[in-house]
Amino acid sequence: MATVWFIVLVVMITAYVVLDGFDLGVGALHRLLARTDEEREEAVAAVGPVWNGNEVWLIAGGGVLFLAFPRAYAGAFSGLYFGLVLVLWLLIGRGLGIELRDEVDSPLWRTACDTVFWVCSAALALVFGVALGNVVRGVPLHADGYFHLPLFSILNPYALLVGLFGLVVLAAHGASFLAARATGPLGARAARWAGGLWWAELVVLAGLAVPTDDVRHSALEAFTDHPWRLVFPVLAVGALAAGFAFRRSGALGRAFLASCAFIAGLLGSVAAGLYPSVLPAREGRPFGLTVHNAATSDHALRIALWWWPVGIALAVGYFVLAYRLHLLGGPRAGPAGGPQTGGGGPTGRPRA
Amino acid sequence: MSSHVTVDRWQFTLTVTFHYLFPIVTMGLAVFIAWLQTVAHLGREDRRWPLRRTAEDRRAHEAAAHLWTKVFAVSFAVGVVTGVPLEFQFGTNWAAFSNYAGGVIGQTLAMEGVFAFFAESLFIGILLAGRGRVSERLRWIAALMMLAGSWVSGFFIIATNAWMQHPVGYTLRDGRAQLDSLGQLLTNPWLPWQYAHTMSGAAVSGAFLLAALGAFYTLSGRHPEVAGVCLRIGVVGALVFSLLQIFPTGDRHARQVARYQPSSFAAMEGLFRSERGAPLVIIGTPDTEQRRLESAIEMPHALSLLTSRRWDAEIRGLDSIPVDRWPDSVPLVYYAYHIMVGVGTLLLVLAALAVLLVRRGRLLRSRSVLWALMLAPPFTFVANIAGWTVAETGRQPWVVFGLMRTHEGASPASSVPAGTAIFTLLGFAGLYLVIGLVYVLIVVRIVARGPELRAPPTKPRPTAAAVVG
Ligand code: HDD
Ligand code: HEM
Ligand code: HEM
Repeated sequence: MATVWFIVLVVMITAYVVLDGFDLGVGALHRLLARTDEEREEAVAAVGPVWNGNEVWLIAGGGVLFLAFPRAYAGAFSGLYFGLVLVLWLLIGRGLGIELRDEVDSPLWRTACDTVFWVCSAALALVFGVALGNVVRGVPLHADGYFHLPLFSILNPYALLVGLFGLVVLAAHGASFLAARATGPLGARAARWAGGLWWAELVVLAGLAVPTDDVRHSALEAFTDHPWRLVFPVLAVGALAAGFAFRRSGALGRAFLASCAFIAGLLGSVAAGLYPSVLPAREGRPFGLTVHNAATSDHALRIALWWWPVGIALAVGYFVLAYRLHLLGGPRAGPAGGPQTGGGGPTGRPRA
Repeated sequence: MSSHVTVDRWQFTLTVTFHYLFPIVTMGLAVFIAWLQTVAHLGREDRRWPLRRTAEDRRAHEAAAHLWTKVFAVSFAVGVVTGVPLEFQFGTNWAAFSNYAGGVIGQTLAMEGVFAFFAESLFIGILLAGRGRVSERLRWIAALMMLAGSWVSGFFIIATNAWMQHPVGYTLRDGRAQLDSLGQLLTNPWLPWQYAHTMSGAAVSGAFLLAALGAFYTLSGRHPEVAGVCLRIGVVGALVFSLLQIFPTGDRHARQVARYQPSSFAAMEGLFRSERGAPLVIIGTPDTEQRRLESAIEMPHALSLLTSRRWDAEIRGLDSIPVDRWPDSVPLVYYAYHIMVGVGTLLLVLAALAVLLVRRGRLLRSRSVLWALMLAPPFTFVANIAGWTVAETGRQPWVVFGLMRTHEGASPASSVPAGTAIFTLLGFAGLYLVIGLVYVLIVVRIVARGPELRAPPTKPRPTAAAVVG
């Protein structure tokens, strides 16, 4: 039963990173990619109506961690206290940067909001990577299930490298989203950036191989012992290659889907390499939290399995509807056909 | 109590109080936006009351709905970004509590995510899509769904809090609470009255906000149609929900506290000695040292009557409870409770007076009542926050009543030392100060711009007097 909830948790987190990942990516490139006020408006409009729904996957994912593995929730969040609170502050800035941008009709205000959105998104992509790096590397857990990592040890070299990878991957993801969605010079520029970032992904990914084997050699054994788990890395690599091919042939929508699959493959690989750990200790140390010693009772997990699929089915339904409405609305055209005709600002609403 | 726990408590108090200001607005306004949209969408001249509406009336409802939706949108955005830190603070600052209770309350929190937040995030987008981008019908459905979404969200969070106030449906195993029955968790006897009282409290705020805007536009002689609609709906809503707030919800909730949390109830009422035929204290100063109430004005027997429906029923006072199970601050619980009840009573009087004047067709000329209505909304927020202060400080010294003490629930000082928590507490305070100022600025601008009536009316505009009267 605990394993089922481990899978649920990984699915939730993957959905979050794939979906909110492009919001963050668009944000991380925002002030670099979009040069004019109209272009910035278009970029924010591309994520405005969907970012909140995407973020709910994080909240619901946190809820799943809380309900299924309370010990891991407690240990991880208190141990990575500073990192977590930083994430919270950045999420506040990111959300408000998008939502409040059009509430005051002044170029100065919009610039301020755009900058907040940009800086917070980029920092979030980095910090999420750092957090993942720390989990893969393992944390100094005590017997009581808690640990403490001061800020400078959260920022260890390995975690920083994964952080860089996170930034690059999400930026590439956001660029391919914008490339598929935006029009005119913004779309063209996004496609160029997506091309460049693809190579960056490749380089950092290659650079991660040896350090990852250093900090978590057991992951390799997980794959050699259970070869079927190799589907995840294969998916990731295949999707990376497919993304390259699609972009070359101008199939930008498919290139974006390939980027989604790449991220799913990456996170699947991490989960497959770590299972049964939810919050591993440093390699070779005791007290790691696994699906067995961190889970709540089987009975409670079974109860949750009654309502959870219903909720997720509803959520998927909402998402299909939301993305239909959003994407059928089509990309807002450039300057002339801008927000005035649609009667809406970036978030698709009338300016206050 | 060690210092890191104190800081954790201050941080949670700050962040949850700030967050709660915004759900009050969204859950409260959702009721009235849904009603305005319903009239705008379904109203016809040939329908029966209350949907029998002229075209002008419908246009005014639509314009009012549109204006309030803008306020709703900003409040929703701030509510969302300030809600996320709460959910994660259970893990960061209350790790031991999370470890202990996560197997139970994780269920309701996760349910809130999948059943409420996903729906809200979709329908807010539809509601806000520019006029003309989605059909009127879809927008009306979205308004109803936002009402459902925000009230469902409130339900699951209150279910969470109700379990902390009165734990049910669990067993203790390996030093952790494990869920036995989801049914019991969701039919917690504490839950229905707490939920009804909290939601009605939000609706009180929503109603007074509507009335205040109407009063403001009337006093400054602007937008008579929309002002009339807001005033009329606002004062009627204010009367209905202020009544519900006291009876039955406040009354029933209080009896529930008396039954399950006698320590909290005794502190609320300032009752130091158990008594038969206990009096109801109207005014007085609790003195914890002397264990008595100074200069009290009391209504003899009234408390026993209200609580047990019997003239001389026995009410347990603080003396029947060991001191280490008293709320940390009896005066705080006592004053917060009396502020809530006092403000609630005054709001009811004001709402009743305003409705009376509307019926006589005189509200628009009663400048003093309009002024009072215009200034009332902050007091509804005071009452709501005071109510939560009663609930949460009255629950002390427990974080889960009777099971886990608050200081046992905090993250270990080795993980989150006091200094670290002070730093983040100050960070939240600064951030929220800025957000609060920006929010006020934006709402003031929305109000200053005023509503836009969609099409120019073909007939002469009705005066506000005609609309209200
Ligand atoms: C507009 C807001 C408002 C107003 C006018 C009132 N309340 Fe209230 N009250 C709340 C808003 C609120 C609240 C914010 O919704 C609380 C906090 C927690 C809860 O369940 O509801 C609450 C809690 C609360 C509690 C529970 C305390 C606990 O859990 O320990 C009681 C017994 C009452 N109220 C009783 C009353 C009575 C008798 C009122 C008569 C005038 C009243 N309230 C007016
Ligand atoms: C409904 C969901 C809520 C939950 C699950 C919840 C949970 C908690 C938790 C875990 C604490 C920290 C432990 C403690 O000090 O007891 C706390 C404290 C507190 N909460 Fe709540 N809370 C909720 C709603 C609210 C709201 C809406 C408010 C106020 C507006 C509020 C006000 C407070 C206060 C004032 C404290 C500090 C109590 C003290 O330290 O004496 N709570 N709450
Ligand atoms: C400790 C307690 C609380 C936690 C952990 C919490 C958590 C959250 C979270 C994570 C969100 C963002 C949802 C999104 O992204 O859409 C949110 C929003 C919301 N919360 Fe809270 N919340 C708490 C207290 C309350 C209380 C007491 C109420 C009302 C009774 C409430 C009602 C709402 C509503 C209606 C929303 C939707 C957004 C809005 O209307 O502003 N919350 N909350």
